[in-house]
Amino acid sequence: MEEKNRDLIIRMFHVHKSYGAKKALSDVTLDIYKNEFLFVTGPSGAGKTTLLKLLYRGEPVSEGQVLVDGMNLSRISAKGIPFLRRKFGVIFQDYKLIANKTVFENIALVLEASGKKRKLIVKKVNSVLRMVGMEDRGDALPPSLSGGEQQRIAVARAVVGDPKIILADEPTGSLDPESADIIFDLLSRFHMLGGTLIVATHDRNLLEKENCRIIKLKQGSLTA
Amino acid sequence: MVFFFKKALKDISDNQLLNGVAIITIALSVLIVSAFGLFFINANELLTSWKKDIRVMAYLSPSADSDSISKTRQMLETMSDINNVTFIDRNDALRAFKQQLKGQSSLLDNLKENPLPDAFEIHLLPDPQATGRLETLVRHIESLDAVDDVEYGQQWMGSVSSVLNLFQFASYAMGGLFFMAAVFIVANTIRLILYSRREEVEIMRLVGATDGFIKAPFYIEGLLQGLAGAIFGLGTLYLTYYLISNNIGQDYFGSGFNVKFFPFGTCCLIVAASMLIGGIGCSLSLKQFLK
Repeated sequence: MEEKNRDLIIRMFHVHKSYGAKKALSDVTLDIYKNEFLFVTGPSGAGKTTLLKLLYRGEPVSEGQVLVDGMNLSRISAKGIPFLRRKFGVIFQDYKLIANKTVFENIALVLEASGKKRKLIVKKVNSVLRMVGMEDRGDALPPSLSGGEQQRIAVARAVVGDPKIILADEPTGSLDPESADIIFDLLSRFHMLGGTLIVATHDRNLLEKENCRIIKLKQGSLTA
Repeated sequence: MVFFFKKALKDISDNQLLNGVAIITIALSVLIVSAFGLFFINANELLTSWKKDIRVMAYLSPSADSDSISKTRQMLETMSDINNVTFIDRNDALRAFKQQLKGQSSLLDNLKENPLPDAFEIHLLPDPQATGRLETLVRHIESLDAVDDVEYGQQWMGSVSSVLNLFQFASYAMGGLFFMAAVFIVANTIRLILYSRREEVEIMRLVGATDGFIKAPFYIEGLLQGLAGAIFGLGTLYLTYYLISNNIGQDYFGSGFNVKFFPFGTCCLIVAASMLIGGIGCSLSLKQFLK
């Protein structure tokens, strides 16, 4: 009852996603609320990554409807996709940092893409670098950093554009426990500041850390 | 704009080899096509300068009396394409001939009578079209009663004009072919650069970059490749022109004609065409890559 009174930010209606004959998601219906911390869990190949991809229109749905912050993704034009993606900050297990750009440039890219002024970019990038404890590594290139440090940069990049929603796909999947804790703390901080957080993971330790909603996918279908 | 420009310059410095290949290809295309164009323009101007000075000699029959000479002059002056007519008396002609022979004029001393006929020196109007009608005009002059023979030294001009027309056609055809070849090479270069940076492009799209934001530096890169190619191509051509024109000296071809380089406006057009090559090449590969 309490959840029904909160504002919805994402709605999925009977969503199906197939890659050729292979079904990745099957009849997924899901509501996600503003400022919710949601875990999407399930074994490898269950469709967690596909579900996240459908949200930021990394892939189109095969059937069904997805609504994100009032935008119907089935009706969104190609030109509208970048503006949808600016509502999200996305974190990947493999960090997806540009190897030949400095840490600063990697983070600044988000603000440059949305046409922000240079002065503001410098201010915001330095601020998020401080937040993730990497203020002295702005000039470093990603390959020179450890996995944990690269993921902190990925978190900084995800939050720098003040997104409404953060999607994290196995954010701690390739990190040691200490680095994983740091990343989780950073994500929790984003949630506490009012952001919506969706974390796809099969890391049981992570699931136990926060008392929040957990949805489980099995062979592309929601089971809980 | 400054942001995209800086980004494009950084991309060029990061991909020096690929950009170098594209610039050299454009430079060679510009050089070859411009060299053809320059040759054609100069050859055409030379021919035009020669055409301006076409002279027809109408030699009169020995039996022509002053009355028929005067009538012939009147008829010649009324003919179209003729600028002016000068009568050359046979005695004046012999005197002039002796003067030309200078030291050897004694060779003519034993002549019993003047072998030269009276003549009309006819200058045509400086109209390139008039040259095309030259043969008709000559036949017309030949048909006059008092005229014995007609001579004009520019018979070969028709053949030269035909060769030049062929050159003009070849220039256009080669220009078109080199333009297309350069476009495809630039397109491939940009495609290779895009391929080497596909991860970066993917990340840019993920963080909400519009296609315009992603494409702009590549377009600037293509235009800069075109600009650099044009500068190198035209620079090499100018250097070659400078060396040749310095070696052959002034008025080598006579008629006050000197070899010329392209005027500034034409150079700007070549640079613009070269930049267009870069732009089109870039557009082709971006269209495919960012589908």
